[in-house]
Amino acid sequence: MSVFIDRSTRLVVQGITGRDGSFHAKQMISYGTKVVAGVTPGKGGQLFEGVVPVFNTVAEAVRAAQPNAAVIYVPAAVAASAIFEAADAGIGLIVCITEGIPVLDMTRVLPYVSERGARLLGPNCPGLISPEQSKVGIIPGNICKPGRIGVVSRSGTLTYEIIHQLSSHGFGQSTCVGIGGDPLIGTTFIHCLSAFQADEGTDAIVLIGEIGGTDEQQAAEFVAHGVTKPVIGFIAGQTAPPGRRMGHAGAIISGSSGTAADKMAALERAGISVMKRPADVVPLLRERL
Amino acid sequence: MNLHEYQARDILRRHGVPVPPGDVASTPAEAQAIAERLGGGGKVVVKAQVHAGGRGKAGGVKVAASATEAAAHAQAILGMVIKGLTVRQVLIAPAVTIASESYVGIIVDRASQRPVLMVSPAGGIDIEEVAAKTPEKIHRLAVDPRYGLLPHQALGLGFALYKDVAQARAAAEIMQKLYAVVYAVGASLAEINPLVTTPDGTVQALDAKIVVDDNELDRRPEIAALRDASAEAPAEVEAREAGLTFIKLDGAVGCCVNGAGLAMATMDLVKYYGGAPANFLDIGGSSNPQKVVSALRIITADPNVKAILFNIFGGITRCDDVANGIVQATRQFPLKVPIVIRLTGTNEREAVQILTQAGFTALTDMDEAVKQAVAQARGKGA
Repeated sequence: MSVFIDRSTRLVVQGITGRDGSFHAKQMISYGTKVVAGVTPGKGGQLFEGVVPVFNTVAEAVRAAQPNAAVIYVPAAVAASAIFEAADAGIGLIVCITEGIPVLDMTRVLPYVSERGARLLGPNCPGLISPEQSKVGIIPGNICKPGRIGVVSRSGTLTYEIIHQLSSHGFGQSTCVGIGGDPLIGTTFIHCLSAFQADEGTDAIVLIGEIGGTDEQQAAEFVAHGVTKPVIGFIAGQTAPPGRRMGHAGAIISGSSGTAADKMAALERAGISVMKRPADVVPLLRERL
Repeated sequence: MNLHEYQARDILRRHGVPVPPGDVASTPAEAQAIAERLGGGGKVVVKAQVHAGGRGKAGGVKVAASATEAAAHAQAILGMVIKGLTVRQVLIAPAVTIASESYVGIIVDRASQRPVLMVSPAGGIDIEEVAAKTPEKIHRLAVDPRYGLLPHQALGLGFALYKDVAQARAAAEIMQKLYAVVYAVGASLAEINPLVTTPDGTVQALDAKIVVDDNELDRRPEIAALRDASAEAPAEVEAREAGLTFIKLDGAVGCCVNGAGLAMATMDLVKYYGGAPANFLDIGGSSNPQKVVSALRIITADPNVKAILFNIFGGITRCDDVANGIVQATRQFPLKVPIVIRLTGTNEREAVQILTQAGFTALTDMDEAVKQAVAQARGKGA
């Protein structure tokens, strides 16, 4: 009745004693997420908030508490290392909230993670939430409601805006997934679309993209051939300046495909209903359901 | 972060890529001295060092037959404004006689999630047109970062550029060195355009461009030190130093938003309701009031701004922090234009109280706020 996380998710928080890690660990615990362990090197043996055992390494946490998911809040300088560590310890779902990881580090992290059969969400993402079951990351729980709409997005706060629109008009969510805005990410739109298509608890999917890259076009291609559920799409950045050119190579590799217009056209061609503004999500869903 | 051509050339040279000599001048006298030293009485080229494409077409690249002429060209080019950026330095390099121009570039590619090496025998200023019209002339290779660019892969692409085996080998060696540069400096892009052959058959990198991933700068202070803040728009420098992301645009609605996606969606909605955004401004995640003060200072410095729009969806960002920032800012410098504030989410109630006490009104609906801001910018009170 959800994708990637549910009531059975057992979470280890990497960086649980840090500023962001401790704040969000508390939020996740109070939301009902089963936080079974924390990791901070040098703080092994402590109890976080008097209840969650803290370990020096993810491997120790796995042996003692059997987590099946990890969330990472450590600083950017050590975040790639934290992903490697979680993958090595056999964690199946690794969610990296940290932003600012150099993209060249990710060129080495991604093959390492996939060779170990793990799924990485992010980096630089808000995480995911299956309302009233489990929340991993930083999406505010109070804006979400349980229901049958799957949400997948490259953005953070824009996702909250659209979830808020859905919840306030009676459209609850099966799972909301923030895949992250970095150029190199572990879980793509396609992975999420495929999971929502297979999920019996999801009736329709909302896909939120933005300018840059060609991920939305690939998602559209996938929808055209592999998704039978209604999909509603939004692309942010119609008025963004084309500036910020990455030399000639950027233009050679992507041509004009990074623009909002090109992406919206690709979504429409795939039978996706495209919003002109975030408030269109509800009327379009009503049309399609 | 963009590097200047002369900085990119220095880096390539240090990594063993053959680059013609050259030096940078900020006065005509310096330009003349460099031309005398390097030119040997022959021709030199004077090139504007500015972070903008199309320098040649803008008159920022000129060939001089003598050192005195180089000084005259430097005089003309220094201070020139190209795409809004003032030229403060020129590169002086000996003019090279060119037999052929190729392209070699490496970019970290989102789709393959790898560094992709692209080469073309049809290099030079029209390379993007070549890519669009005759894509078969661009050869691509996604490199496995675990093993790096292997010698046979580089040589294969070397033969795509040159039939002559010595030239193909030279090009292959340059490609491997360029690949090493990418990881050595933390580049998200490194390109040589053109890679030239001279009549005597040598292969040289004539012009280079390197873009460094901003996320690399913390761990590479020597690269971060290459930043030339004078070559960037002043408002963007101020924003970066305040921890904000700001891009100036031409409209009348100044936007202040948390999160890049919501910021873009807000700009789009301004346009949807018939207005035009004056900027992109993302105050980022955990926003303290000081960031908001900086944001307002930057937005109000733009004379085109006729109304200010705040759109905050509190998550990590606390609405009361933003409200306090607005109140502090308007105490420091009274606003001359109307402000429309939309905030919802974390600590929304506290924020509304802070704003109401200071005489502001706060909205909770994004569409309503954008409509009002657009109307205010047109001079129609909502």
